[in-house]
Parts: sequence; structure tokens; C-alpha cells
Amino acid sequence: MTESKDKVTWEGQVYSDAEGQRRVLRRRRPLLETEHLYVEFDGREVLRDINLPIRRGETVAIIGESGCGKTVLLKTLIGLNKPTYGNIWLDGVDLTSMSSRQLSEARTRFGFVFQQAALFDSMTIWENVAFPIVQNRPKTRKDEINETVHRLLLEVGLTQDVEQRYPAELSGGMRKRVGFARALAINPELMLYDEPTTGLDPIMSDVINEMIINARDQHKVTGVIVTHDMKSAKKVADRIVMLYPLRRLGEDEPQVLFDGPPDEIDDTDDKRVWQFINGYAGERLMEMTKN
Amino acid sequence: MPQSQWTPRKRSWRHRLTDLSIKIGEAVTRRVRFFGDLTFFAASTVFWLFARRPSKGTLVPIFYNVGVLSLPVVILTGMFVGMVLAVQSFPQFKLVGLESRIGGAINLSLVKELGPVLAATMLAGRVGSSIAAELGTMRVTEQIDALTSMGPNPIHYLVVPRFLACLILIPGLTIMADAMGVFGGAFLSIDVLGVDWGYYWDYSRRMVGPFEIFAGMFKSIFFGGAIAMISCHQGFHCEAGAEGVGKAATHSFVISFVMILILDLVLGIFLDRFQTAFFGGPTGGMLG
Repeated sequence: MTESKDKVTWEGQVYSDAEGQRRVLRRRRPLLETEHLYVEFDGREVLRDINLPIRRGETVAIIGESGCGKTVLLKTLIGLNKPTYGNIWLDGVDLTSMSSRQLSEARTRFGFVFQQAALFDSMTIWENVAFPIVQNRPKTRKDEINETVHRLLLEVGLTQDVEQRYPAELSGGMRKRVGFARALAINPELMLYDEPTTGLDPIMSDVINEMIINARDQHKVTGVIVTHDMKSAKKVADRIVMLYPLRRLGEDEPQVLFDGPPDEIDDTDDKRVWQFINGYAGERLMEMTKN
Repeated sequence: MPQSQWTPRKRSWRHRLTDLSIKIGEAVTRRVRFFGDLTFFAASTVFWLFARRPSKGTLVPIFYNVGVLSLPVVILTGMFVGMVLAVQSFPQFKLVGLESRIGGAINLSLVKELGPVLAATMLAGRVGSSIAAELGTMRVTEQIDALTSMGPNPIHYLVVPRFLACLILIPGLTIMADAMGVFGGAFLSIDVLGVDWGYYWDYSRRMVGPFEIFAGMFKSIFFGGAIAMISCHQGFHCEAGAEGVGKAATHSFVISFVMILILDLVLGIFLDRFQTAFFGGPTGGMLG
């Protein structure tokens, strides 16, 4: 980027000063950012002081043991949980101070892949994938919706045969892929994946990993993945963030134990990170059965 | 081995009283929180009811489920209640020589009280439990979260159509229950028990006026609204797992039924006062 007195050049294009600065600032600003985020349920603290910037185009994997608040964080990012304190900035706008109508609108910029796919039981696969389009772009023509549904299902490796079937008639892996297609239906800028490979065989897990990479490379979507699967995290993520359960932390200890590129996580000195990535129980069973 | 001399100290009455007060306090707080939450839920539903019209595609299947599929059970219940009323009251009326007036008693009870209450009870059992179980399953399997994450407001998309269906269709179901009850009572009284046809209908006409029919319909609207609100609320706040869904369905019926009885009493008193104030007392005064 070059800046002169009244002109700004960005990626070969010249902008007037104000417009250029706006674009440059927009590029520099994270797409989504949490600032001093605290979440409590019935007085029990689940997330403490989470400051997590998610930059445009990157894929961030959030790892950590069960109960550390990964899914809570993911759901808080999209406004499904209300934070007790703190802000969530989406493109510079605070999600926590939005009205429910504004929040509904903001959510159309997200795609969410649920752990168990969360497909609507009473709808066919076609209706499930078409649902976000019908709801958010009601003027879209039927043939256009049809075309999008065919394309998305094909992208996730499903043929037209499944379109008129119900979710209960599909295998877990197929349901997850339909959930993936549904999340992509309205071209989200940011995809949130809640344990996308859990419960799948190694090959299907890798298929899902490839889809996440494709979504980033072809659809240019930013991604946040919550996972236990270190192999998957290392394969798809540009950055890994490790959370630790608050019940095992002291008052002043930070909840984020690691935040960096995947190739650095193996060199960490933190015993707790090492224990998690190597799947080593250590004294954990004795601690758990004590009392 | 010597036996331990230690025995647990008996808790003093002060401790027990404190425990009891804590338990009562917790129970009261739970109830207050429940009613506060239910009120907020109902207010959101009313807001979304006027904020945006639900689509036809969402409404039709729910209306079909609540209205058309409830008809057989409501018809059957209405008819049998009419017949049972005839069987139970005929000997008493005969004892005092008033069997010719049985039609008035049966039809007044049906139209003003039993028709609306039984139709509402059937709706709470058939539709209310099913709504709570369906929404509860959606909550447990994250379908409500999925819906929210895609933009639509879950109250607008899931609750408003069910609320409208219960509110609009229950008066129709009540009319059906009333009509079948009247038919069943008349059939048994006239054809089986031998009550005079003319007297039966004459006393029915004298006892049951337009206000009695209106009173039944009026009450049923409140019953329908309460059933929809309670069932949807239970489904939305369902606890995890199959047990949670089962509990939501059971609680939805129990709370709806209690609410139907409370509303029936309150609205009954209100309607009687209203009738006395504006129409000079119940239609029973016409008996002469």
C-alpha cells in the first residue's frame, strides 16, 4: 500500500483519500473480535476475559478439553448466548448492543455447522438447504433456489437422489454434509463449525476437513472451528487457540493457554497444552475420582 | 474392635426451621421466575404477532394439525359427555318429577361449561403435549439454535403460528364439542330414556340463550391462548435429553389443565357479573 497526500493505492487500485483510508482500515480491522468477553450461566463462570481477534480470510481452530467453554464461545459469537460482560465486534459494529432485529440481520453473514447437523426433521433435504435462502431472500426465484441447492449438495458430495429424503433417512456423515451445504447457502462471510469431525470415521473426517479448506479457498470465507481433533485442527487452521476450563485455573490465570500458528503448538512449554495435544491423562483420573 | 462413640448430633429445631424457610424461599423464587419468564415469552409472542405476518406455508400444516386432526377426539369426547350427563342426571330429575326439564340442564352444562373445558382439555392433551415435545426435541437437538443462527426469530417462526392456530381454532372445536354433546344427550334422553321430545327442546331453548353460547366461546379463546403459550414455553425451556422432552410434555399438560380450571373460574365469575349487569341475570330466570 502506498499513501500520498490525497490518494491511497491499495492492491494496484487508487482510491480517493477518504475512501482509501476507509478500505485500508477495514482490511486491517478483524472481521470478528471479542473484547474482554465474560460468560456466566447461573452464576457459574464459563468464559473469562476472552480477547480473540478473527481476521478476514483466516481459519482459527479453538481447541480444549470438554467443558472448557469452546461451544459456549462459538454460540456467543453468533449471539445465541448473551455475554455477561464484554463486546463482540463484527466489522466494527458491536453485536452485544444490537436489537434482536439487527442481530437477525447480522446473523445472515454467518454460517453455522452444528455438531449433530441440527437439520429440521420435518423438512426434506432440499427444504433444509433452501431454508436460509427462502427466509433471507424471499424474492429469489424457485429455479434459482433449485440450482443453488443442487450445486451446494454436489459440492459436499451428495447427489440429487437425497433431495427428497428426510434427515432421519441419512447417515451421520451425510447429515453433517447437508448441514455444511445449508450453512453455505447464503454465501456467509464467516463460518462457525462446532466439532465438525466428531463422531465420524477417519475418512469422512478428512472429507469434512477438505470441505472446510474448500470453503476458505473457493468461497473466501473466514472460519472458526471448535474441535478436539488435533489432526483436523493442524490441517485446516491458520491459527490455533487453546482454552482451559476455569474450574482448573486460579483466579488470575488467563483462560487462553495458547494462541498461535499450528506449527508452534508442539514447541510450547506449557505442560497443560502439551498434555492436551498428546492426549495424555496423567494424574487426571485420580484428580477426577478424588472426593 | 471398639465401636466408635461418635453419633451424629441431632439438628436443632432452629436449623430445621432455617432449612424449611430456605426450601420455601427457593420454591417461591422458582415460581416467580417461571411466571415472569412466561409473561416475557407471551409479550414477545404478541409483539411478533403484530410485527410480521407468518407465511402461509408455515401456518397451513399447523392449522391442519391443531384443527382437523383434533376433530375426531373432540367429537367423541363431546358426544360421550352429553350421553353420560343424560344417564347420570335422569334418575335425579325423575326422583323430583322434573325429567321433562333434563334437556335444559344437560345443554346448559354443556354449552357454558363442559364443552369449552373438555375441548380445551383435549387440546391440551393432544396438541399442547405434542407442541411441547416437538419444540423440546428441537431445543435438545439444537434445531432452534440452527433456526436462530440463520436469521429467523424462533418466536416468530415457531410460536406465533401455533399460538394463532390454538387461538383461532379452539372456538370451532368447542362448537363441535357442544354440538356433539347436545346430540348425544338428546339421543340418550329422548330415544333411550323416553323423555318427551317437545319438552326436551323447549326447556333447552329456554335455558340456553345466545349469551350462554357466547360465554362458552369467549372462555375457549382464553383457554386456547393459555395452552399455546404454556406448551411453547415448556418446549423452549426443555431440559436436555429424552427425559427433559418427556418432562416438558407432561408439565405442559399439567400446567395447561390447572390454568384452564383457574381461567374457567375467573372468567365464569366475570361473565356472570357481566350478564347480571347488562342482561338482568342468567337465562335460567326465563324458566318460570
